[in-house]
Amino acid sequence: MAILKIIKNSLLKGIVDLPRRELLPEAEQLGKELKQVIDRQFHGSFQLRQVSAGSCGACESEVQATINPLYDLQRFGVDFVASPKHADALLVTGPISRNMLLALQKTYEALPGKKFVIAVGDCAVNGGLFKDSYYTLGGVDQVLTVDLHIPGCPPSPTTIIKTLLGFLK
Amino acid sequence: MSIREELKKTIAPLAVNDRYPAESYLTVKPADFIPACLALHQLCASPVMMMFAEDKRATRSCFRLNTAFYSAAERHWYYACLDLPAGAESFPSLAKEIYSATLFEREIREMFGIELVGSPDHRRLRLHDEVWPAGAFPLRKDFVPLERLEPPTGQYEFIKGEGEGLFELPVGPVHAGIIGPGHFHFSVAGEPIINLEIRLGFTHRGIEKLMEGKTLAAGLELSERVAGDTSFAHGLAFCLAAEKIAGLTPPPRAVLLRAVYLELERMYNHINDIGGIALDVGFSFASAFASVLKERLLRLNEQLSGNRYLRGINVIGGVAQDLAGPVTLNPLLSDLNELEKILFNSASFIDRIDSTGILRQKTAEDLGVLGLAGRASGLARDLRTDLEPYSSAGFRPIVCTSGDCLARLNIRLQEFRQSSELIGRFIRQLQPGELTVNAPAPVAGYSLGAIEGWRGPVLYWLKLNEQGTIERCKIVDPSFHNWEALAYAAQGEIIPDFPLCNKSFDLSYSGNDL
Repeated sequence: MAILKIIKNSLLKGIVDLPRRELLPEAEQLGKELKQVIDRQFHGSFQLRQVSAGSCGACESEVQATINPLYDLQRFGVDFVASPKHADALLVTGPISRNMLLALQKTYEALPGKKFVIAVGDCAVNGGLFKDSYYTLGGVDQVLTVDLHIPGCPPSPTTIIKTLLGFLK
Repeated sequence: MSIREELKKTIAPLAVNDRYPAESYLTVKPADFIPACLALHQLCASPVMMMFAEDKRATRSCFRLNTAFYSAAERHWYYACLDLPAGAESFPSLAKEIYSATLFEREIREMFGIELVGSPDHRRLRLHDEVWPAGAFPLRKDFVPLERLEPPTGQYEFIKGEGEGLFELPVGPVHAGIIGPGHFHFSVAGEPIINLEIRLGFTHRGIEKLMEGKTLAAGLELSERVAGDTSFAHGLAFCLAAEKIAGLTPPPRAVLLRAVYLELERMYNHINDIGGIALDVGFSFASAFASVLKERLLRLNEQLSGNRYLRGINVIGGVAQDLAGPVTLNPLLSDLNELEKILFNSASFIDRIDSTGILRQKTAEDLGVLGLAGRASGLARDLRTDLEPYSSAGFRPIVCTSGDCLARLNIRLQEFRQSSELIGRFIRQLQPGELTVNAPAPVAGYSLGAIEGWRGPVLYWLKLNEQGTIERCKIVDPSFHNWEALAYAAQGEIIPDFPLCNKSFDLSYSGNDL
């Protein structure tokens, strides 16, 4: 009986979608270009593994926002994966706390093939407000070779998508 | 009879400082320290809210130890203070008597090198033994950042469960999701969790040391980056402390606007967690729906203030800018009703969260659990009850008693609605007027700023010198009080329910690690 209820419901409601005004036109355009690049260069999917190396959490929140239905980065071929062994790139946030150094290096080593490193947020770019601390190493490029910097405190989802596109192009 | 008079019966303080409203500092003799703390603990019906040391060797050749308790009945903070002469830095451990002192004592030991006599737990919290050498104490004033670290030899010791069929399951610090780092060490017998030990500190950035020597403006900027999802509450607590020291009273319009922003922060985080709870039982549709609501709230924040995480609004003495547009929350509320219907109509969802991850009231009280997690276990404590503009709006905290994931979900749903009501009310009360008061010349002093963020009380104890720069800043995020509660709530649950339990608390890694 449950299935009848579901069918009735979907017939009555029709296709429920988000109001188009909430989708940012800029992000839409960027996404379409991004998809072409990813199709061409990465066989349709570009997978990221995120590591917080001492971030306050705002960058994670914005990275997370890029996959909510309003930006929906996944439909353009970018996704976040649980294992570094499935990833094309490492996305690092935070000013590299000493305690995270080993875990960061190990995660990097677990990436197969050509490894891209993306530093997201001012802290990951150069240590940000924490660069003078006794316990931070000050930016990802102190530890790994960084291919892409995405500055901002935190960078907005649109900035993240835009910078990623510029890089992959 | 007031707490002060009751206290007089057992303790004769060496000195009492009542300089700031709602705060009393009682300096006691070493022999009186434990009895004074125990008396305050009982009379205030409060866990150890903060416990921290100051290095005063340069002026008074001692370390000073402050232990704070809060009496909700008197709306008053009491501190038991003890001077530890330099050269013989040690004090009798309070943790044996009051459990909620344990983490604070471990923190003081690693940061100041002050020994604890008879402490049940000596292990380091944030300066991991594997990366930081022995004998370097960052919060001592004469600490010099080490150019090259001596190779450390230490090793953290986890509590091990032993026996037939028991095995250890280490998880982290890098987790599967887009989330902060922490290490969870499970001892399991098949699926059920026998013991969980949580090791944190992976996002330690040395914030309390970085605060030292900073101007108030720079300190405020840093405080907004202690815990990214609580930026506003952290900044506000910092400002409240600085304003109390300077004797500033922010104008009524600023007080109301701060409350509006504080509730907006609560709303976007609560909806984030409601979605997170749905995601962790595999209910992706509900979670995606919630993430749209969160994004709308973040965009609303940006429209109103220019920043999605409400940074840069607080200034010492008020707020930097007025609301830049109307606050329309009604569409969000009807979407929340829809979301609630979707969640509660799903029997399999309710089956997963009902009576999962129970934190009993007694356990919560013994551990000194605060804020939302405490209210879900029947502890009706909320600092907003005692603060303006909430108290004159007749604010009552929302409390559940079952202490499970469902209770923590229900609190969030109800607080989301309560916050939107409060916002409407505060906006109606707004009168035209100033947004800030001008700061006077720098004043030396020390005081506490306390506010109920969305997780619980955010506490900033600030000490300024004559130039108005920061001498010491002690930060306590509610996560520091509450992480251990997760370990108790997860006991006896199965491993696949752990992410759910974790999300239902949603504690901050960075707020805890500083």
